[in-house]
Amino acid sequence: MGAIGTEARPAQAMAPPPDWVLVVEDLGKRFDTPDGAVTAVDGVSFGVRKGEFLSVIGPSGCGKTTVFNIVGGLEPGYQGRVRIGGEEVRGPHKSIGMVFQEESTFPWRTVLENVSFPLEVAGVARAERHQRARRFISLVGLAGFENRYPSELSGGMRQRVAIARTLAFEPTILLMDEPFAALDEQTRLILGDKVLQIQQELAQTTLLITHNITEAVQLSDRIVVMTFRPGRVKRIVEIDLPRPRTSEIVGSEAFGRYVAQVWNDLREEATRGMAESEIGALSRRP
Amino acid sequence: MAAGERALGAAGAVAFGIAVIAAATAAVEGLLRIGLLNRYIVPLPSEVLASFPRIVVEENILAPFVVTCKECLYAMLLVAVFGILTGTLLHRFVALRAATETWVAALASAPIALMYPLFLVLFGRSATTVVAMGLIAGLPPAILKTVEGLGGTRRVLINVGRSFNLTAGQMFAKILLPAALPNIFVGLRLGLIFCLINIVGVEFMINFGGLGHVINELAERYDLPGTYAAIGFVILVSILFLILTERIERCLQPGT
Ligand SMILES: Nc1ncnc2c1ncn2[C@@H]1O[C@H](COP(=O)(O)OP(=O)(O)O)[C@@H](O)[C@H]1O
Ligand SMILES: [Mg+2]
Repeated sequence: MGAIGTEARPAQAMAPPPDWVLVVEDLGKRFDTPDGAVTAVDGVSFGVRKGEFLSVIGPSGCGKTTVFNIVGGLEPGYQGRVRIGGEEVRGPHKSIGMVFQEESTFPWRTVLENVSFPLEVAGVARAERHQRARRFISLVGLAGFENRYPSELSGGMRQRVAIARTLAFEPTILLMDEPFAALDEQTRLILGDKVLQIQQELAQTTLLITHNITEAVQLSDRIVVMTFRPGRVKRIVEIDLPRPRTSEIVGSEAFGRYVAQVWNDLREEATRGMAESEIGALSRRP
Repeated sequence: MAAGERALGAAGAVAFGIAVIAAATAAVEGLLRIGLLNRYIVPLPSEVLASFPRIVVEENILAPFVVTCKECLYAMLLVAVFGILTGTLLHRFVALRAATETWVAALASAPIALMYPLFLVLFGRSATTVVAMGLIAGLPPAILKTVEGLGGTRRVLINVGRSFNLTAGQMFAKILLPAALPNIFVGLRLGLIFCLINIVGVEFMINFGGLGHVINELAERYDLPGTYAAIGFVILVSILFLILTERIERCLQPGT
């Protein structure tokens, strides 16, 4: 069912291309709920190339966070495989760094202490971890805020702290689940610029989960469009926009065409998602 | 500017609190003087105030005050250690929690002070008995609030720890414990209240040691203003310890 591109489903016998650092094969996950089993994702396959920025986009409830958690090793009991550098992994892995959708900074630590957290855990000496953390703090544009506590920062700044903290872990693959969902549009565009810049500077392989089309087109090399319930890969769209990019690209004609193309794929799914949640709400009414 | 306003607000709150106490005291004084309250049961607040210097000089109350402070300190240190330890075990082992949480809560409302004969047999008429009774009274809230705090750690913070490959020990020390700290301190403050009530209560009943002992003697002599003034010193102990726990909490958790 559905139009699935050839690269969406690497044949199991065939080895994935060597430049794919992360390969997701045939992921499936069912949740048992009081209303019966829900198939959150079904047969999801894609690969991420080294240095690539790949986005997974889909309407709310299509299983994006489920994919995020499975790839990050936080969700047990799924079908399929996650391979990193050719090796199958289950459970949290040191080459994957995760940025969560919810606010996840430690309120009892300063910005500097938050960002140096993964280094502290790894046993890096204080002076060195602070020095390394400062680099990532200025990379996300928070130089000067090292000694502030999260409660003294805005939501956008806190999310940047979380991103810097994950970058300090120096993961091979940066995994982000709707990191800007709670922010306003302007902040989101500006943070998008920051992410592009980081991507540029670190050549960071990134897998971004999002429901925002503009964001996905602005940032990505490729976009995986997901269907709604069960979450499957509908299409993989190549975004052939020049790099380095900034948020200015949002005004270009090519950008508009990509947005229209992705929206075309998403519209049907989003409509179905909305209809289903409305029916669900109706049937739950006493 | 905001800081200035806040300081002013804090000073205003303190002033308002003092004003309320002064007004209540004046009201009681008035009611006693008109004869609506019985002077043989409630002493005149002015007499209570006047007897503060007297009990310091004549009854030498500062010595028992220090004794009670010390007993309270030892008991609270034990409450902190055993409360957090037990709370952690109950958090860690679900079956243990299911089996014991209810009766730990029940223990909190039990009149433990009445168990003093048992402790007299165990430890004799000594400071150990007093501290042990304070410990037992202070433990339940410390345990329950530790369990609540550890269990209430936000899922996403735990996931951050898992994604960074934390060991179980690191997860506890660097995420669960700091996240639970505000709750743990609420438990310790509640524990402090129960602890002090019991310490003074036991001192009163076994007529031994600190402020409770002094209150007992003054009461037996029917020195009502002195008794109430001595109770004032108990309140002072409580204030000192509440300020102390607040300071410690702020040192441990500067960001919140
Ligand atoms: N722990 C869970 N228990 C039951 N159902 C879940 C759970 N997590 C997710 N689901 C269901 O799986 C589907 C996909 O959820 P999710 O991956 O969070 O979607 P998205 O992130 O795309 O909004 C939803 O229908 C959701 O209700
Ligand atoms: Mg989600």
